[in-house]
Amino acid sequence: MSDVAVGSSRPAAATLKAPRRRRLPFSAWHLVLMPMALMMVLPLVWMIDTSFMTAAEINRYPPALIPGGFSLAGYREVLQNSDYPRWFVNSVIVSGIVVLSQLLLCSMAGYAFARVRFVGRRVVLIALLATLVVPFQVTVIPLFILLHDVGLIDNLAGLIVPYLTTVFGVFLLRQFFINLPVEMEEAARIDGCSQWGVFWKVMLPLSKPALAALAVITFLDSWNNLTWPLIAITNSHSYTVQVGLTSFQSQHHVEWAAVNAADVMTTVPVFIVFIIGQKYFVQALSGAIKG
Amino acid sequence: MARRGRRRRRRAENIAGWGFASPTVLLVLVLTFVPMGWAFVLSFQHNDLISPPHSVGLANYKALPNDSELRQAISNTVYFTLAVVPLELILGLGVAIMLNQRIRLKSFYRTCFLVPFIASAAAEGILFTFIFDPNFGAVNSLLHGMGFTRQGFLENPDQALYVMAAVYLWGYIGLNIVIYSAALQDVSAEVLEAAAIDGAGAWARFRHVILPTVAPQTVFLAIWGLIDSLQLFDLIYATTKGGPLHATETVAYYIYDLVFGGVFFAAGYGAAVSVGLFGFTLIVVVLVSVLERRTYGAQL
Repeated sequence: MSDVAVGSSRPAAATLKAPRRRRLPFSAWHLVLMPMALMMVLPLVWMIDTSFMTAAEINRYPPALIPGGFSLAGYREVLQNSDYPRWFVNSVIVSGIVVLSQLLLCSMAGYAFARVRFVGRRVVLIALLATLVVPFQVTVIPLFILLHDVGLIDNLAGLIVPYLTTVFGVFLLRQFFINLPVEMEEAARIDGCSQWGVFWKVMLPLSKPALAALAVITFLDSWNNLTWPLIAITNSHSYTVQVGLTSFQSQHHVEWAAVNAADVMTTVPVFIVFIIGQKYFVQALSGAIKG
Repeated sequence: MARRGRRRRRRAENIAGWGFASPTVLLVLVLTFVPMGWAFVLSFQHNDLISPPHSVGLANYKALPNDSELRQAISNTVYFTLAVVPLELILGLGVAIMLNQRIRLKSFYRTCFLVPFIASAAAEGILFTFIFDPNFGAVNSLLHGMGFTRQGFLENPDQALYVMAAVYLWGYIGLNIVIYSAALQDVSAEVLEAAAIDGAGAWARFRHVILPTVAPQTVFLAIWGLIDSLQLFDLIYATTKGGPLHATETVAYYIYDLVFGGVFFAAGYGAAVSVGLFGFTLIVVVLVSVLERRTYGAQL
């Protein structure tokens, strides 16, 4: 309003609108959002940037901002002089099996808790959900002893078994199945389809978005898991990428270009999966809480 | 006839239901419920994972109050949680509200904010060890270039916990932004406009329209955030390993160190600490739920 009082000869309505547009060609929110967004992304850009630098460029003071050329020395170092390729394969195997298993087991249980009226379903579901509050630190010591006794420590299978199913996944799919219309299911039942047939041929094809979301979340969770592989694996041949990555840090001389190259290679798979599945991921996360 | 049919159908439902659920139920029973009970048993034992365990009664629990390293770990964990959880909620809602305005680049921003959330704790930890490196880290170069003194950051016991909190927040905040953003879709534009016409200022609209609408999400995110930060381990392992001088040692890290990290495997004592952590988590979660019910009624 003070702009009007300054007293230009223009009509008041025009003065009210015009100065604003002249001051900022974009919404003022960008002044807050843009710096924040840059703060979120710059560390990752720096990680990629430095992975292509030579050791000399990194150790120089002040450090180079942009690499002189695309030096692949860091990548070569990691791929040729460490077990990284093997860790990567280990991670792919573990995450792949965990994702497939959870898709099957979580959707089966989720369907049962959403649609089948069986004795004890409420009590069992509540008991399952209660485990979400139990810290992993409580169960991890006995879990280690248990898997040690059956010979699954230092074994990729030992990384898979505890994650064959998760309560979170069951809950996510239950919320999805509950909101599906019952008509198709009933029609299939009348046509003589068994309960398994209804689940397999009718429900699963309808739940592709939910399954995609579970696959993305499970993959991120499994690929990024550090705590359990760190405890369950001592032999460096069976490391996953995450454990391998932290093992570089314990070395006396840290070759930062190489470590950053490994960091990039470890993060690229989750980026790819995330970009493909972002839509489902976001939908599922927000949907699960509303339910 | 009809009754027999109904009974047969009920039996079929029971078989099908338990058939579908049993793989998950069995796995959770063996891999979560059994270990839970087992941890409780362990906490009354002297158990080093090697020699045969023997019962020591309450000795492990009695030793807890005299453990100065544990006391430090508890204080670190509580400070960390108190610093991080409110900021997660405030920043998460704040950014979500900004993203809910009529602005451009929305999906660009959303991706920017979510990307750190999907990177692993190990990757983040190593990246920030590099960025905050006192000698050739980017942050110190920047400070030095602007004429400030170099800082120790993760190597300075007075700063390390704060730097950890900042890094943790950086990697966590995306979750809250996404969930709050989705919740804000439910705040109808009409109600906000009506409130504005009735003379409600920005603060009143926030306080009486937006906050109540996102209350269920706030409760969920508060509980989730509390659980996550009370159990913080992986980021600590990938950066400071609890140091310097135990300045960033959390309770979860201490348990790892007791049982798996050192030369001795203090499984019995570690289990007692973990049962304590469980009890504390439970109390906090129940408190938050009760508080929520008091404030907003039984919405959930």
